[in-house]
Formats: sequence, C-alpha cells, structure tokens
Amino acid sequence: MDQIEKNILKEIAGLHEIPAGAYNIRSNGKMAGRHTTANIDIVTKEDRQGIEIHIKPGTKRESVHIPVILSESGHQEMVYNDFYIGEDCDVTIIAGCGIHNCGADTSRHDGVHTFYVGRNARVRYVEKHYGEGDGNGENVMNPTTVAYCEENARLEMETTQIKGIDSTSRVTKGALKAGAALEVRENIMTHGKQYARTEFEVDLNGENCSANVISRSVARDASRQEFFSKINGNAACAGHSECDAIIMDASIVTASPQLTANHVDAALIHEAAIGKIAGEQLIKLMTLGLTEAEAEAQIIGGFLK
Amino acid sequence: MLELKNISYEVEGERENREILKDVSLSIDRQFVAITGPNGGGKSTLAKLIAGILTPTSGTIYLDGEDITKKSITERAKAGISYAFQQPVHFKGLTVRDLVSLAAGRDMTVAQICEILSEVGLCAKEYIDREMNGSLSGGELKRIEIAMILARGTKLSIFDEPEAGIDLWSFHSLIHVFERMRKETGGMILIISHQERILQIADEIILVADGAVSEVGGREEMMPKLLNTEGACSALMKKV
Repeated sequence: MDQIEKNILKEIAGLHEIPAGAYNIRSNGKMAGRHTTANIDIVTKEDRQGIEIHIKPGTKRESVHIPVILSESGHQEMVYNDFYIGEDCDVTIIAGCGIHNCGADTSRHDGVHTFYVGRNARVRYVEKHYGEGDGNGENVMNPTTVAYCEENARLEMETTQIKGIDSTSRVTKGALKAGAALEVRENIMTHGKQYARTEFEVDLNGENCSANVISRSVARDASRQEFFSKINGNAACAGHSECDAIIMDASIVTASPQLTANHVDAALIHEAAIGKIAGEQLIKLMTLGLTEAEAEAQIIGGFLK
Repeated sequence: MLELKNISYEVEGERENREILKDVSLSIDRQFVAITGPNGGGKSTLAKLIAGILTPTSGTIYLDGEDITKKSITERAKAGISYAFQQPVHFKGLTVRDLVSLAAGRDMTVAQICEILSEVGLCAKEYIDREMNGSLSGGELKRIEIAMILARGTKLSIFDEPEAGIDLWSFHSLIHVFERMRKETGGMILIISHQERILQIADEIILVADGAVSEVGGREEMMPKLLNTEGACSALMKKV
C-alpha cells in the first residue's frame, strides 16, 4: 500500500495499521486485503461487484472494517455490499470511502449497502466519506444504505462527510419490525460549489419500533444541501427526525421533512432548523479571548462533533 | 483601575434617537463594586460597553490608564476583561469541558476543571461532558457561566445580574460563590445586581437610574438610602 492509500485509510477508518478483526480493503476496484474470523466471513459476489459479509448468530464485540479507496483519477465503480447479521449479535461495522483525485477526470464511487439485521442483534455502523486531491477532477460519492431490521434488532448508523466530496446523493432506507430501532446520525459539511443531498425513508411496521434521525450540517461558500426525510408510521411506533443546519456565506439549504401516520398510535415528530451562527455565540466566545474566526471554528467543530 | 469618561450611548428610535446612557463618568478601583438601580436604567448597557459588545456614541473608556474605547471584544478580553452574560448562551455540541477550557485558554485536565466547577458548587463528574444547552437548568447554566469567568481569572470580571432567572435555592448558594470570590480573587469584580445580599458585600455601590449615575458611595452610606428610597410612591411603599 502506498502513502496516499495509507493516508486515506487513516482519514476514513482511523486506521494506521492493518485492522484487528475481519476486514476487506478495496482499492481502485480490486481487493487489496481481506481477513476473516471464525465468526465473520467475507465472500466476493459472483454476479456483480461487491462482497457479502456473513456474521454468525451470537457474535459479540467483533468488528468488520470495509474501507474503499479510489486513488486513480477517473476511476468509477458501482459496488453492492450485503451484510447478513445473525440473531443476538453485537458488532461494529466500519465502512468508508476515500478518494484521492489528482487528475482531471471525475472519480466516482456508488455503493449500495444492504443490512439484514437478525432478531435481538445490535449493530453499530460507521461510515465516513472523504476526498482530497490537487487536480480539477471531481470526487463523487453516492452511498445507499438499506436496512431490514427483524424483531428487537437495533442498528445505529453514524455517517460523516466533512471534506472533499464535490457531489453526493445519499439514500438511507429502513423497514423495521416489532421492537426494532434505527438510529441515524449524519454530519455533513460542504464547501465551495459542493452539492450534498440526503434522502431518508423509513417504514415503521412493527409494534413499538422506533426511528431517530439526527442530521447536522454546515453549508459554506456557494455549496448546496438538500435534506428529505420520510417517516411512515404503520403501527404503534415512534419516529423522530431532526435536521439542523448552519448556513454560511452564499450557500443554500433545503429541508423537507415528511411524516405519514397510518396508525392512530404512531407518534411522529420532526424538527428542522436552518440558520446562521447565532451572533451571541460568537460574542460569548470572543469575550473569552477568541477571535471571530477562532470562535466560528469552535462553534462549527462542536456542532459537527 | 477602570475609568469611564463622559460615556453616552444612543440607539436609533423611530422618530428620534433615544439616549440609554447620558454622559456617564465613573472610576472604579475598589475590589468589589456593585451597580444597582431600576430596570431599564442602563446598567447592562454600561457592562456591555465595558466589555466591548457595544460601542459608545461618545466618551472614552480606560483600563489601567490605557484607552480601550476602540478595542474589539477579543482585544479587551485579552487585556483582562471578563463578562458573565445575564442570559448564558446555549451552544449545540460544545460541552462544559470545552467552554471552561476555552475560557482558561489552554487544555484543562479533568482535575483542573473539577477544581473550578467545585468553586461554583457543581460536581465535575456530572457536568463535564454535558452540552451547554437547555438540558441544563437555569441555575446550572448560570453557575457554568460564572465558572468560565473564574477559569479566566482576569483583572476585571463583570457579572450581569447573576441572580436573574434562577430559583431561590440556587441563589443562596450563589451568594457563597461571590462571598468566596470576594475573599480569594485578586482581580476587581463589577457586579450588576438587585440583591441586598450581594450589595451587602460590596466595597462600593453605584446607583444607575435613567441613564445616569445618580449616586456612588460605600455600602454603609448607600444601603440605608437604597432600602428607604425617598420620593417613592407612598401607596406602593405601604405595601412593600
């Protein structure tokens, strides 16, 4: 692995070395490393690009890393990864995609991750997107996540995109059975002329299932962000979504929440707020001795933490 | 020493400009000075002018002989002025640890933050990773606001109505915070307050009313006057 790839790996997965546990590293469309464990198997799909991850029922405290690296300018790919998580598991899955584009062509990674989360299983899924490069080529990333949660399954998803992705359209879909829970936390910051679109749709089908989506974003310069969420309450369930955006410079932010209650005991809430950094927050930090620029950086850093 | 010379502050009104402060001159060099007076009299405006949040329409402000009138909020903070807001500002994502560290201007260990929070009667363990927002009560937010000022430890600390917005029980323990600060802090404390118990520990009391300083004096001289205001509405006085 060269220095560029190592750096990207550090940015997206916090990895300095080869990770412990199961992993699959994909670099420029090819497998660059794989390790399986007694409980976690990773196999290459035969019909199309991508892998299948099978986690045995009852697997606890194990992790899977599946980073993707694009360092050849102009590389474009469409990948399908499926996760089969057995009953009663408690696992962490760390995905992420980093692009280093120093050429003039568009680099693009489209990924569809489908999760089949077994009964009573708990999954923490962390996804980080990062782009860099000194060329004019665009970095494009379109991740789709689909989650099927069985009874009392719990999926916590954290997704972060802080830098370097010129265009992204992220779609997250979920279908939940009784007692299942889906938590999504999304942090996005866009710069320059970047565009980020988030689409979220969840069907709360089972009794006492719940979804909680929290999106925090900062739009700078002339970037554009769109947030669409749909929560369908089809049973006695709880759904909450929150979209909180800081708008700066000449950016544009759209938030469009939609709630549909198909059941009298569906409790659905949406909160959306878009606004610039509150003047009093800047003033407070300046009275502590920070300059305006330092205060702004602290406020944004805290907001996206 | 803090000196205000001929400070006026006007805001634009619909028909004519309104004068919030009229030609105020003051010099503050005692250790614990309280500003009191009726609501709307210009006390908070005075504090904000000193901290640099507002700029006077005319007049000059000196800190230890240096003209700071044109200095920014940041420059004044660095020159040694701290200001505790009447309404603590909420931050999404910034924790008590973050804010106390920013106030101190350096990374603080848990033990150091614990030391400062305990000064205001809070246990660090419970609060250090809490966000500075509405999940904390008014009294808790106020104490953290004060803790930030303690963490700075500057030569002039201004507190704008520390008693506002908190319950009686929290207020009682806040009094102790100020009593202790009075004993232990080396810097000057300028406190805007309506509370008798705070006024009672002041070296000097400044009465600000109707945009002007109407009286200045030591607490022995001022307290009886404040508690027995001549010319107050007699019907009202009978009831209070």
